[in-house]
Amino acid sequence: MRFKQPSVLPGFNLSLGYTLFYLSIIVLLPLSALLIKTSALSWEHFWQIISEPRVVASYKLTFGASLLAALINLFTGLLVAWVLVRYQFYGKRFIDAMVDLPFALPTAVAGIALATIYAPNGWIGQYLEPLGIKIAFTPIGIVIALTFVTLPFVVRTVQPVLQDLEHELEEAACSLGAGRWQIFYKVIFPTILPALLTGFALAFARAIGEYGSVIFIAGNMPFVSEITPLMIISKLEQYDYLGATAIAVVMLVVSFALLLLINGLQWWTAKRLGRVK
Amino acid sequence: MASTIQRSIVTTESPAVRYLLTGLALLFISVFLVIPLASVFVEAFRQGWRLYLAALVEPDAVQAIKLTLIVAAISLPANLIFGVAAAWAIAKFDFKGKSFLTTLIDLPFSVSPVVAGLIYVLMFGAQGWWGPWLIEHNYTIIFAVPGIVLATIFVTFPFVARELIPLMEAQGSDEEQAAIVLGASSWQMFWRVTLPKIKWALLYGVILANARAMGEFGAVSVVSGHIRGMTNTVPLHVEILYNEYNFVGAFACASILALLALLTLAAKSYVEWRGEQQAAADRRHAVEE
Repeated sequence: MRFKQPSVLPGFNLSLGYTLFYLSIIVLLPLSALLIKTSALSWEHFWQIISEPRVVASYKLTFGASLLAALINLFTGLLVAWVLVRYQFYGKRFIDAMVDLPFALPTAVAGIALATIYAPNGWIGQYLEPLGIKIAFTPIGIVIALTFVTLPFVVRTVQPVLQDLEHELEEAACSLGAGRWQIFYKVIFPTILPALLTGFALAFARAIGEYGSVIFIAGNMPFVSEITPLMIISKLEQYDYLGATAIAVVMLVVSFALLLLINGLQWWTAKRLGRVK
Repeated sequence: MASTIQRSIVTTESPAVRYLLTGLALLFISVFLVIPLASVFVEAFRQGWRLYLAALVEPDAVQAIKLTLIVAAISLPANLIFGVAAAWAIAKFDFKGKSFLTTLIDLPFSVSPVVAGLIYVLMFGAQGWWGPWLIEHNYTIIFAVPGIVLATIFVTFPFVARELIPLMEAQGSDEEQAAIVLGASSWQMFWRVTLPKIKWALLYGVILANARAMGEFGAVSVVSGHIRGMTNTVPLHVEILYNEYNFVGAFACASILALLALLTLAAKSYVEWRGEQQAAADRRHAVEE
């Protein structure tokens, strides 16, 4: 196959050329700076930096909290998508628009709002304090902030699939004697599973890199409530560029792996739903 | 936008289950979305109108707003042009490596904002690749406005392209090819045939990119140096005020951003609706042909 199929349309060279040029100077070149800078390190030195106890503690916190937040959103996202697609209620359009709020609201604003609400004297925190539940400045606060930030992902990936679900399948199952729960478990759930997993992966990927909404509520104490992006910034502030780049490379590799996983899941979703890409 | 499907009585849950699920969903949305949003405005006005307005006209705040607007005004057109060029190349032509290119364009979405800022520091910072050269020639990129613009361009990079590519692929090239055959020049074809078809998706991408550009925190935090009155965007200014325990000031500035978010949501809904209208009209035309 030739490089490009022949076409009557103009502008291929110009548009592709500009695209590659812009992509290279804005994205590829800077990202390669990261990798090249790290390649100056020997493997042992690199390993030593990324396996420092404090850094490892931050991995555990970041990945653990992100996983938890993505799991919470897996269930609540399905719930919200289900309710939005299948039920009628007053204010539905408003709720539907609000689901996108975490995409539109700057992370710093979300950060200070959540920190204020869940502080010991905050809107919600004041009721939990007497029960001994501390949210602000603890890992729980981080999970809550990440749940906010990744809330739309599962909802928005599952909604279209639920909407396009064939009514006839459910009716057929019902006429064959299936109960409601059976219909959900055996007919609906397998159809939405790829979308659910895609939304989960998207939420997880976003959560591990999140910075702005977490640092206000987190407390940022080393070994306890310090997330990996914050570790990178601490190293930068100490002018430890090599340390910062090494940890950044770890995050980049994980991000890239997740990106490939998500692409694969989206391809599976399209295949499962019979759409040709 | 969600539309309800008419359900026959056999394929929906009992009313009790429905009310329970709806109630749970509403509770979740209220606690996680509505309450934080409301708190921004309540905290901003906690000490009255006067202090609220004073916080907004304070010189550092005004500078922050100006800087945020400048950064958006530069990064949006840049990524708009890129988005259109990339969508044109990817959607209208078939070439090797096309899906790889699409994945590369999505890369900035998957990178943490802090890493996005870091990579520019590595290139242009004092110890970076071009650091010494920049210092020699008295240019500053990191800890100055150009660095903030670059970091913002990076994080808003894919928005327009991602909206346009699926749409242009679905629309096909028939009309453009017809225009060329009828003798239109390339620019005529683009302005009069393609652009009207994609204008709503374009606008949608710009709205999303704008929300992200004005609200970006992590990447800008790394490259900006946090110099009050000079290299602080509104989100960074909010952080500084909050860390100084100036809560009214912090929430006052945050309320502008929250207002921007609400406008973004409204504009988004409107543009989505218009886009759907246009898509429905296109389908009707296609059937009629």
